[in-house]
Amino acid sequence: MLKIKKRDEPWKWGALVVFLGALLFSLLVSGLLLAGQGKDPMQGLAVLWQGSFGSVWGLGDVLLKSIPLFLCSLGVAVAFRMQIWNIGAEGQFALGAIGATWMALSFPDLPRIVLMPLMFGMAFILGGIWAMIPALLKLKLRVNEIISTLMLNYIAILFLDYLVFGVWKDPASFGFPMTPEFSANAVIPAIAGGRVHWGIVFCAVVGVGLWAFMRFTRLGFELQASGEGARVAKYAKIRYGMLVLFVMGLSGGFAGWAGCVETSAVLNRLQPSLMVGYGYTAIVVAWLARLEPLNIAFASILLAALRVGVESLQIRLQVPAAFGVIMEGMILLTVLAGQFFLTYKLGRGTKQE
Amino acid sequence: MWEFLIPLFAATVQSGTPILYATLGEMMTEKGGVLNLGVEGMMAVSALAAFWVSYSTGSPWLGFLAGGFAGMVMASVHAFVCVSCLGNQVVSGLALTILGGGLTHFLGVPYVGLAAPGFDPFDFPLLSRIPFLGEIFFKHDMLVYVSFIIPFLFWFFFRRTSLGLHVTATGEMPAAAAAAGLKPIRLRYFAVIAGGFLIGLGGAYLSLAYTHLWTNGLSGGRGWIAVALVIFAFWRPGRAVVGAYLFGGVMAFQLRLQAVGTHLPSSLLLMLPYLLTILVLILSAWRGRRIDAPAALGTNIEPEG
Repeated sequence: MLKIKKRDEPWKWGALVVFLGALLFSLLVSGLLLAGQGKDPMQGLAVLWQGSFGSVWGLGDVLLKSIPLFLCSLGVAVAFRMQIWNIGAEGQFALGAIGATWMALSFPDLPRIVLMPLMFGMAFILGGIWAMIPALLKLKLRVNEIISTLMLNYIAILFLDYLVFGVWKDPASFGFPMTPEFSANAVIPAIAGGRVHWGIVFCAVVGVGLWAFMRFTRLGFELQASGEGARVAKYAKIRYGMLVLFVMGLSGGFAGWAGCVETSAVLNRLQPSLMVGYGYTAIVVAWLARLEPLNIAFASILLAALRVGVESLQIRLQVPAAFGVIMEGMILLTVLAGQFFLTYKLGRGTKQE
Repeated sequence: MWEFLIPLFAATVQSGTPILYATLGEMMTEKGGVLNLGVEGMMAVSALAAFWVSYSTGSPWLGFLAGGFAGMVMASVHAFVCVSCLGNQVVSGLALTILGGGLTHFLGVPYVGLAAPGFDPFDFPLLSRIPFLGEIFFKHDMLVYVSFIIPFLFWFFFRRTSLGLHVTATGEMPAAAAAAGLKPIRLRYFAVIAGGFLIGLGGAYLSLAYTHLWTNGLSGGRGWIAVALVIFAFWRPGRAVVGAYLFGGVMAFQLRLQAVGTHLPSSLLLMLPYLLTILVLILSAWRGRRIDAPAALGTNIEPEG
C-alpha cells in the first residue's frame, strides 16, 4: 500500500529534477504528436535544437525573443509574489507599444537622447495605468483580477487594431494596418551592427534594479512580507491597498517596456503582428522560474529558444507554429503536477484507518 | 420595431446557448471546490473534437457527445494536477487554456474551411406557434432545446439528490465531509469531470450549430465570459441563464450593428462583450454577495501524514 508522507526537509535538487523531468516528458509527448502527423520525431527534435542553438543567427534570434519575455515575466512575477494574479501582461504590453508609438509619431525629430526616455516613459505609464485599473477594481469593489486583467487584454488588442486601422494608419501602406515607420531617432540601435539590440542591456539593468530593490529597500521588504497575503500585511501595519496599486503599476510598467522595446527595436512601427502572445508565455516563464529574477532570465531564454526552434520546424518540416504553444502548456502542467514531490513523497506504509 | 427586435432576441438565445452550457459546466466544477480557468481552451478543443467526429462519421449527435467527451478528458488532466498532485488551480487552468489553444491550432489545420453536418433550426411542434415567444425560443436547433432542460436538471441535482449534496459539501468543507464519511477526493474528481462534460457540450455547440465550419479561434473569449458569469450568477443555475442570454444579446446586437454598417469602427464594437464582462463583475461585487461562493473554492485538500 503506497502512502503519502510529508517530507521532513525540502528536497534539495527537487525543483531542478522536476523541471528536467517535465521537459523530458513534454518532449516525449511532442515527439508522439509529430509521429502522429507522419513526421520523424528524432529529426523533429534535431531541427528544434539546431534552429535555436545550432547557429549564430538562431542564437541571436533567441536572445532577441527573450527580451520581451523577460520584461513581461518580471512584471508578472512581481504581482504573483504578492498573490495578485495579473494575467494581463499581454494587454499591458499592447498599451506600452501604443505609448511608445504615440511619442515616436508625435516627436519624430527630437534627438534620440530625449525621444527614447519619452517613449519608455509613456510606455511605462500607459502599461502601468492599464494594470492599475484592475487593481483599483479589486481593492474598491473586490472584482476578481484574473478575469478583469484578461478582459482588458482583449480590449487593449482591439484598441491597437482600432488605431492601426484608423487614426494612425500609414497613408502609404497600401491599405495594410500599420503606422508609418519610425524615424531613426525612435529606433533602439543594434549592438555593434549585430542582430541583438541595446534592449538586452536595458533588461539586465532592470533585472538587477528589481533584485536590489527587493533586497535592500524597505518597500521591497514590505512587498515580500505581503506575499503571504492581505492579513499578514495588515499585521505588519503595511498599507496593503497602496502596495497592491504600486505592484500592479510596476508589473504593468514592465510589460509596457517590453511593448516599447518590441515596437522600437524589432518592428520599427506599430502593427497587429506585434501581438504574438509574449504576455501569456510570460506567465509560463514566471511560474517555471518560481518567480525568481535570475531564474526568469534562464526560463525566458529557454522559452524563446522553443519559439525560435519551432519556427525552423515550421519551415523545414511544415509543422504548425502552434506546436510550441502545446509544449508550453504541457511543460507547465507537468511541472505543476511534479511539484507535489517537493513537499511530499510516496513511501511504503501500513494501510491507513 | 418588432421586425428588428424579434430576430435580435432569437439570435440572443442562439448565441447565449454555448455560454450557458459552459457557465453551468464551470458552476458544477466550482460547486465541488475546484476553480477551472481552462474553460476557454476546453471549449476550443471540444469544438474541434465535435467537428472532427461529425465530419468523419456524418452524425452530428456523435459529434456532440465527442465534444462533451473531449471536455471530460481535458477536465481529468486538471483534476489530476489539482486534486491529486495539489497543483495550483489558477495556474493549472491557465496552462490548460494555453494547451487547448495550441492543440486546436495544431490538429485543426487540415479542417480549416471545411464544413461538417451539424444541427439545423426547425420549428418546435406547437410551441413555435406561440406568438412572440415561439418566434424567439422555439425556432432553433435541437441543442438549444436541450439547453432549456439542463438548468432544471442542474438545480434538481444539487437540491434533490444526495450526490449533489455531497458535491456541495466538498466544495464547502472538505474536511467535514471526509469526517462524515464522504470521499472528498472522488467527489471533486466527479465535479470537475462532469463540469468538463458540460463545458465540452458548449464547445461542441460552436462548431456544430453556431457555425458548421471549422475556423480557428471559435471560442473567442466565451470561456472567460463563462467563468465571470459563474460569479455573476452567485453559483445558481437560474441566474446563469439570465447572464448567458445577456451576453448572447450583446453579441447578437453587436453583429447586427456591424451588418447594418454603422459609422462606429468594428474594433470598438467588438470590445462590447469584454467591457460588459467587467461591468457584470462590478455589478455582482457591488451587490456584495460573494459569500455565496463555495467556501473551499480554490483550496486543495492536503493529504494527512
